Amino acid sequence: MELLTKRAKVLEQKPMSFMEKLYLPAILKGMAITLGHMFRKKATIHYPEEKRPFSPVFRGLHVLNRDEEGRENCTACGLCAVACPAEAITMEAAERQSNEEHLYREEKYAAKYEINMLRCIFCGLCEEACPKDAIYLSETFAPSNFTRKGFVYAKEELLIPNPKTDKEKYEQAKGLRAAQTKNN
Amino acid sequence: MTMELLAIDLMLGLEKLLLIGAIISFSLLVAMYTTYAERKIAAWMQDRRGPNRAGPFGLLQPAADGLKLFFKEEIIPLSSNKILFVLGPALAMITAMLTSAVIPWGGTIEVFGKQVSLQIADVNIGILYVFGVVSLGVYGIMIGGWSSNNKFSLIAAVRGASQIISYELAMGLSLIALLMMTGTLSLKTIVAQQMEGGWNIIYQPLGFLIFLICVFAECNRTPFDLPEAENELNFGYHQEYSSMKLGLYLFAEYVNMFISSAVMATLFFGGYDIPFVDETQLVSTLGPNLVALLGFVALFSKILFFLFLFIWVRWTIPRFRYDQLMDLGWKKLIPLALANMIITAIVMLWLNK
Repeated sequence: MELLTKRAKVLEQKPMSFMEKLYLPAILKGMAITLGHMFRKKATIHYPEEKRPFSPVFRGLHVLNRDEEGRENCTACGLCAVACPAEAITMEAAERQSNEEHLYREEKYAAKYEINMLRCIFCGLCEEACPKDAIYLSETFAPSNFTRKGFVYAKEELLIPNPKTDKEKYEQAKGLRAAQTKNN
Repeated sequence: MTMELLAIDLMLGLEKLLLIGAIISFSLLVAMYTTYAERKIAAWMQDRRGPNRAGPFGLLQPAADGLKLFFKEEIIPLSSNKILFVLGPALAMITAMLTSAVIPWGGTIEVFGKQVSLQIADVNIGILYVFGVVSLGVYGIMIGGWSSNNKFSLIAAVRGASQIISYELAMGLSLIALLMMTGTLSLKTIVAQQMEGGWNIIYQPLGFLIFLICVFAECNRTPFDLPEAENELNFGYHQEYSSMKLGLYLFAEYVNMFISSAVMATLFFGGYDIPFVDETQLVSTLGPNLVALLGFVALFSKILFFLFLFIWVRWTIPRFRYDQLMDLGWKKLIPLALANMIITAIVMLWLNK
């Protein structure tokens, strides 16, 4: 019979030699291997105490950005909601009053801004759509919650800390990703 | 006069009772931490970390496991034989503990000017007693497996029984060679002989190897864990058990391991003999209590080594097939043990001339 490929190997099956029949040398060899593994460095990371750094392109929880003076960037244009393939973003716009200029950068702002984290697929299209650098994805992920309602994040949960009053936390929340994805 | 005798007997009874309590609680504690060691060492050998959440380094893990078992629902199958179903795990545990009675855990200590031997009972047929109780251990498996009224359990019970009976033969034969040399069945005397003339492992390496393999089989440990083969019989003889009855079965295995390690250390590795040290000289400098403690530490470290060996082998070797198991027991170990016996006899006769 002609072989289909030349890769087939004929397996030689000799009767076992005396040493092989004893089994004990083979068992000892195996035990040496398992003992060696005992002292190997373990690959496990102790999760809650020790966290693996995310890659710079990691797309985590959303953050609503502020400018240097601590004013919200978002103008409630709705482009992010349009771009969102999972339809996770809802918002309501409102007009800025004359005494609110220190709060909002533009004349229009988002009075209500909600992202349903159960719907969100963390694709980052909202970030790309935003003309005001108001939303971007951070380096954290949504923590667990007991209710479905708990996963609908409102503006309070999404807004970044104020850079004027809480500089350190602002930088931490901003992370490295904001600089890379700046597109305005 | 009679009152005096009674008083002495009471003291002896109290002394033995305390010793029994200490040894039983100690073996239970060791068994508890052997489960922890098993999980930890298994993890390390598989490049994992093992339990480390309960307490520092996961040291409270056995307590957590025990508590979990206690709080689980106790299910007794409707179609089972209820008395035997309850008797099974109790018997497994009792027979596991009983063997500890004849093991000399250390030399003699002095308490309030009284000599107290660290052995519950120095019976002159100590080894025979060990064999007798170990044979009774089959009943725990047999009764548990049969009364569960479950096919898997029954198969496991039959496997366990035939395995233990088969390996007992080779075990006994391997020990006969040892007994011919020592000329006594008392474990205390055997240890005393080893203190003077060197450990028995030097004279009986083959006998020890056979004994070791048989002990693995008697304890139902891998590679001889056919009675509880998870992937063939999906838990073996304790499949129908739940809650602390299951706990007792699992625990009995570890107590068994501990006690058989102690037997092996006593028979072949000098028991409570401290290697390279003359105990009688040490007693005059350190006093009897400290030497007894050191002797116990020596015995315990030997036991720990054997426990580690049990675990180490378990996570290295796969399980035997049933026919291979019987083949090894009947066709390899028994002839080997017989040969060992005859060689020992010839050498002994030759040296006597």
